[in-house]
Amino acid sequence: MSNIDTDVIIPGPYLKIHDPKELAKHAMEGLDPEFPQKVSEGDFMVCGSNFGCGSSREHAPIALSQLGIKAILAPSFARIFYRNAIDGGYLLPIEIEQQTLGRIFDKDELEVDLNQNKILNLTRTESYVMMPFPKLVAKIVEAGGLIYYRNAEEG
Amino acid sequence: MTITEKILARASGKTRIQAGDVGFVSVDKVMMHDVSGPGVIKVLSEWEQKGKKLDHIWDPNRVWIAEDHFVPAADKVSAENIMILSRWTKKYGIKKHFKYGLGQYGICHTLSHEEAMVLPGEVYVAGDSHTNTTGALGAFAAGLGHTDIAYVLMNGKIWLKVPETMLFEITGTKPDYLMAKDIILRIIGDIGTDAANYKAMQFSGNIVKEMSMDERLTLTNMTTEAGAKNGIIEPDAVTESYLRERTNASYSPILGDTDAKFSELLTYEIDKLEPTVAKPFSPGNVSAARELQEIEIDKVYIGSCTGAKFEDLQAVARILKGRKVKVRTEVLPAAQSIYIKAVREGLASVFLEAGVVIGPPTCGACCGAHMGVLAEDEICVSTTNRNFPGRMGHVKSKTYLASPMVAAASAVRGKITDPRDIS
Ligand code: SF4
Repeated sequence: MSNIDTDVIIPGPYLKIHDPKELAKHAMEGLDPEFPQKVSEGDFMVCGSNFGCGSSREHAPIALSQLGIKAILAPSFARIFYRNAIDGGYLLPIEIEQQTLGRIFDKDELEVDLNQNKILNLTRTESYVMMPFPKLVAKIVEAGGLIYYRNAEEG
Repeated sequence: MTITEKILARASGKTRIQAGDVGFVSVDKVMMHDVSGPGVIKVLSEWEQKGKKLDHIWDPNRVWIAEDHFVPAADKVSAENIMILSRWTKKYGIKKHFKYGLGQYGICHTLSHEEAMVLPGEVYVAGDSHTNTTGALGAFAAGLGHTDIAYVLMNGKIWLKVPETMLFEITGTKPDYLMAKDIILRIIGDIGTDAANYKAMQFSGNIVKEMSMDERLTLTNMTTEAGAKNGIIEPDAVTESYLRERTNASYSPILGDTDAKFSELLTYEIDKLEPTVAKPFSPGNVSAARELQEIEIDKVYIGSCTGAKFEDLQAVARILKGRKVKVRTEVLPAAQSIYIKAVREGLASVFLEAGVVIGPPTCGACCGAHMGVLAEDEICVSTTNRNFPGRMGHVKSKTYLASPMVAAASAVRGKITDPRDIS
């Protein structure tokens, strides 16, 4: 599914909430209110293009990461969702090729290899390419988020 | 270089940069509101809990605060968030905190131009996706999340990828029933809601040059709906006189080079453009208003940073003068200063006599928060910018996005209406 927007990921009335546990209860409510029960620690989401479009709410990656989601694989992301996910150190937004979408199925076991920029599908013994993170972004990921990132160049 | 590239080059202390470069830039102004603010403050306090002390922030004079999403406090949690903001601005000595019920206040993207909080050539980042709006003043303006804003508050800079620029040339002669909203809805309908991801959308052409600031702001506001990082218009005499009515502050504007490179150049001849409406559930799902004229509606909402600026209200009043609305209609001016002008210039009595309710400036139902949210299956024509499922209330409510003129004409007929078709 493409264009999953942040109003679906975490609807407007919950924006006043800042407790991750409370937010997690409403994750993806606009699409599937049962969603929080369906995911568990270490899960990935595989989605269509332009994931996370709409508002700048950091509540969206917070709610998803609180449910245990470690990465979202999609052909493209809306820019603010992408930044929030990386800079907050919540989860990895991973850009994949459009055709990879059709090769991954519900419950497949996946592994992300950031050194080789590859995604391994252990269930189907296949691997797919991922877009490498730009250098600076990779450093922020390694630091665990922008707040913890310190770089001599930028003081 | 384009204007966007030149602003970012200056802010990163370089003479040349190009689209695709990633690096840190200095920030001139930063804003957060009653939704992003408490989130940012939480990030900062978690950082402090790790043993770091944050005695002062980067520059209290470059930080400003709006209370807009959940004011008047929609419930206890919203009231607490507003208190969190007040305690924080007091602690760090932030003077520009626009408080609900205390003089000027309103929607953040409206205050940024009404109060000239941002000036041409500046880098402005804020905790809200429609920060793009302020690019109409010739600034680089982009939305960020909590962590990014927290980082700016500590360091006065942020990392950015320099965007490619799509240039939209809008030319021709504008018919008087057409507004900037029709133009931007048409553009999003044509290019799609992710066409400008990671890119800048710049507007030029004789129509843009002739546009007032209020109309320009509608164009840049909705660049967010095409995924753009920023929307921008080169500053000119209109910008200058708009700002001079509001501030004495000096600034050094930036214009793009004549040989700037654009990733796309799209030309719109608007003479024949029809009043345009975006149907549920996407701002890119557009039709001519006349094709939808049989659709009966329950409500009209005239509000938000997109569609409740002073000229938006004037356009509504021109249509409502001497007429009555057929469906429930609300007008929420986007800022206290606009509300005052609407009272002084007689717009408020036009609205009230037409049967409309005037609400206080707030984001309110634009983001489905409070103050008039929609019920299941309720159909609304709205001057706002988003119509995703559940955006303005129930997931099965339906929002049609339209210009202030289309919204007012629809209120009069009780059906979606092209402003040319009201008697
Ligand atoms: S009026 Fe609507 S679009 Fe504008 S800032 Fe408020 S919620 Fe966002």
